[in-house]
Amino acid sequence: MGSHGIRDRIAIIGMGCTRFTEHWDKGAPELMIEASNEAFASAGLTKNDIDAYWLGTASSGFSGLTLSKPLELEGKPVTRVENFCATGSDALRQSAYAVASGAYDVAMTVGVEKVKDSGYQGLTATQLPNDGTVRTLTAAAMYSMIVPAYAKKYGVDKDEIKTVLARIASKNHYNGARNPRAQFQREMSVEQLVAMPKVAGDLSVFDCSGVGDGSAAAIVCRAEDAHRYTDKPLYIKALSFVAGNGKGLTDPAYDYTTFPEIVACAEDAYHQAGVDDPRTELAMAEVHDCFTPTEMVLMEDLGFCERGTAWKEILAGAFDLDGDLPVNPDGGLKSFGHPVGASGLRMMFEAWLQLRGEAPEQRRISTYGSRDLALTHNLGGYPGEMVSFISILGTNPG
Amino acid sequence: MHVPYRRLDRTGIAPVAGLGGGKGTRSVACFDEDTTSMAVEAARAAVRSAPDVEPASVWFATVAPPYLDKTNATAIHAALRLPRSAPAYDAIGSMRSTLGALRAALGGRGAALVAAADLRSGLPGSGDEATGGDGAAAVLVGDDGDGPVLAEVVAWSTATEEFLDRWRTPGESRSKLWEEKFGELHYTELGVEAFNAALKDAGLTAEEVDHLVVVGTHDRAVRGITKKLGVPPDRLADDFSATVGNTGAAHPLLLLAATLEKARPGQTLALLTLSDGADAIIFKTTGALADHRVARTVAAQVGAGGPIAYGKFLSWRGLLNVEPPRRPEPSRTSSSAAGRNLDWKFAFVGSEAEDGTIRLPPSPNDPTRHAMAEAIGTIVTYTVDRLAYSPSPPIVFAVVDFDGGGRLPIELTDVDDSEVSIGMKVEMTFRRLFTADGIHNYFWKARPVRGEGG
Repeated sequence: MGSHGIRDRIAIIGMGCTRFTEHWDKGAPELMIEASNEAFASAGLTKNDIDAYWLGTASSGFSGLTLSKPLELEGKPVTRVENFCATGSDALRQSAYAVASGAYDVAMTVGVEKVKDSGYQGLTATQLPNDGTVRTLTAAAMYSMIVPAYAKKYGVDKDEIKTVLARIASKNHYNGARNPRAQFQREMSVEQLVAMPKVAGDLSVFDCSGVGDGSAAAIVCRAEDAHRYTDKPLYIKALSFVAGNGKGLTDPAYDYTTFPEIVACAEDAYHQAGVDDPRTELAMAEVHDCFTPTEMVLMEDLGFCERGTAWKEILAGAFDLDGDLPVNPDGGLKSFGHPVGASGLRMMFEAWLQLRGEAPEQRRISTYGSRDLALTHNLGGYPGEMVSFISILGTNPG
Repeated sequence: MHVPYRRLDRTGIAPVAGLGGGKGTRSVACFDEDTTSMAVEAARAAVRSAPDVEPASVWFATVAPPYLDKTNATAIHAALRLPRSAPAYDAIGSMRSTLGALRAALGGRGAALVAAADLRSGLPGSGDEATGGDGAAAVLVGDDGDGPVLAEVVAWSTATEEFLDRWRTPGESRSKLWEEKFGELHYTELGVEAFNAALKDAGLTAEEVDHLVVVGTHDRAVRGITKKLGVPPDRLADDFSATVGNTGAAHPLLLLAATLEKARPGQTLALLTLSDGADAIIFKTTGALADHRVARTVAAQVGAGGPIAYGKFLSWRGLLNVEPPRRPEPSRTSSSAAGRNLDWKFAFVGSEAEDGTIRLPPSPNDPTRHAMAEAIGTIVTYTVDRLAYSPSPPIVFAVVDFDGGGRLPIELTDVDDSEVSIGMKVEMTFRRLFTADGIHNYFWKARPVRGEGG
């Protein structure tokens, strides 16, 4: 018994990603076709060369038919995956394991979400029939509860913590402004951000991820076959997933300053990849900055800095594009937007561009050329009850 | 009994409505309260004050039932976790329904709980809007075998006659009134007749009445008749018209409870109710009254409360349509899911694991249930959600740790968002969260512990 991972056994050989934005003129089918075609082209494959497909979508379609119909697949298996906001990442995880098992030679994962057809701003959750006692709070409000708890625990005053959160949003806007595929390509200053009206706790709309439509895709094969398709494959070093048991909601010991699911997930991922010190070994990280306080806490939960120090490190610029460990160089959920089922694959797409030296100069990570590992972290749920995914990808087969 | 937290200053009415209002305040049910939820709060208080008495039946009287063609009293039954063998009945329609329920309860076997609640208002600027109040009251009735009796019914006389003085067809938001003098004439005659008959039956004179409570749907008749009963004027109980207003079906029991709080053992109480006839009841208090303690007295609840703006009152009453949040409205509650989780949903019962851990909601893995409705909690962290759907935004929400174990992230009520703080003490209250497809979604919220008055 144990979580062993599939280090260096599987490689990503092709990727695609649409722009994330309000695609009023495109539905999920158009977005999936666009991302898939880009991925096929980057690996030099056609849809018939893929042996099996995985589709990640939280609520833009049911069953494998959601993908097989627009792609007009003939006799191919398609598995639809849903795992909250970690949907796309988990779909990729399934496809990688399927190939590692020997069941298939080449598999593709497509993540998609069409969120802008609801008529409402922000994401709207689908409620199953229930007894009427379930919480109806927005995710923004749930995550906003981190702010007073963290500030109190580490003695950060109210204005300072606001500046820290604004600094995170400002960094991600800065990065997004250098990314033509991002939803928001506009820089925002800390001064502008702290002045925004509050919508949930101390959070403003600018502390929340962008909400846009989009799709991303990845093709995987066995590591030893990777060079048949590309000169620069990305090797999967770790794929880790933890589904929490919701204890944080009922356990008085939980203090809203950390996500235990992520700590456990990170430990497993670093173990699988053989990473001892993520701060110095990783070239970059794409993390799930659904709300600015989430990114703050993640810096500690992922081991990028000591407990209680993330706020200082953020103010010092440690996670900026030119910092010690660039975080969310593509703009993150904040700027790139968050089409739920596509987001996890979008994070890997940035690793694909950055580690292969294909990211545009103006947002190239400071660590390029000196380190070769990227971490992507994708979560779903709320403080106290969440799922967590972490991948570690690298350019060297070990 | 339960007087809602909010108070409307009647001077706030005329500047908006152009007429109406007056002096003093009236009580206002929160947007998340209805007559059933208020009756649950009153019933909890009654049962809390007599912990050894388990009601063998429940009677619920109101003029404003949340449901028709479905018994409302079963929700009270569920909230109190009464045994299946205890019946629950509604008495619906008028203030007099409360007297009918009380009479039926007194005639039954075993202890009975009588709860009455009402939401009173009319159109903006109306007399009913200004003089009405919202609230609930509950009494436990029974004999010495059921528990210590605080007051005995020594006589009950009635006078009944059909005459149309006040009326409302189902679904209407206002009652209509006939010319005042017509009703006054009838009520005065019927009231005096019933009162004298009751005194005679009890073998008492009017001078021997220590506390007189007169309540009715016709203000002028209520005020006028007190002078015609022969009871010295200083014996007349405060009718709370300056503070709470007339709480309709709840008012007879509300004033009875308030008077019992003031009365001493061995005194005589007369309760005269004028509602489509008259009911005169003579009570004699017992020695047990001296030992009776209620956690939250009527006087304290009447004196407490926080203000509400007239516009907010109108919107809560559905008389002013304000822009709702631009979020999807909740879908209807599943009857079968609610039925499976009855103790959790209606009675706030969690579970206890083998190691003593308390879990909310209850876990299917835990061997025992654990009642949490009376637990006091402390706010650990909180937020104000200006985005989420609520019938009255914003949602004030907190993570609450309960004394004795258990944590729940839960919505707060009866609170202004600026008052919330980490460490604040809260108590649980039964509320109606929202209504969808005509299904009222009852569940619990937390509200600040505000000392005696609540």
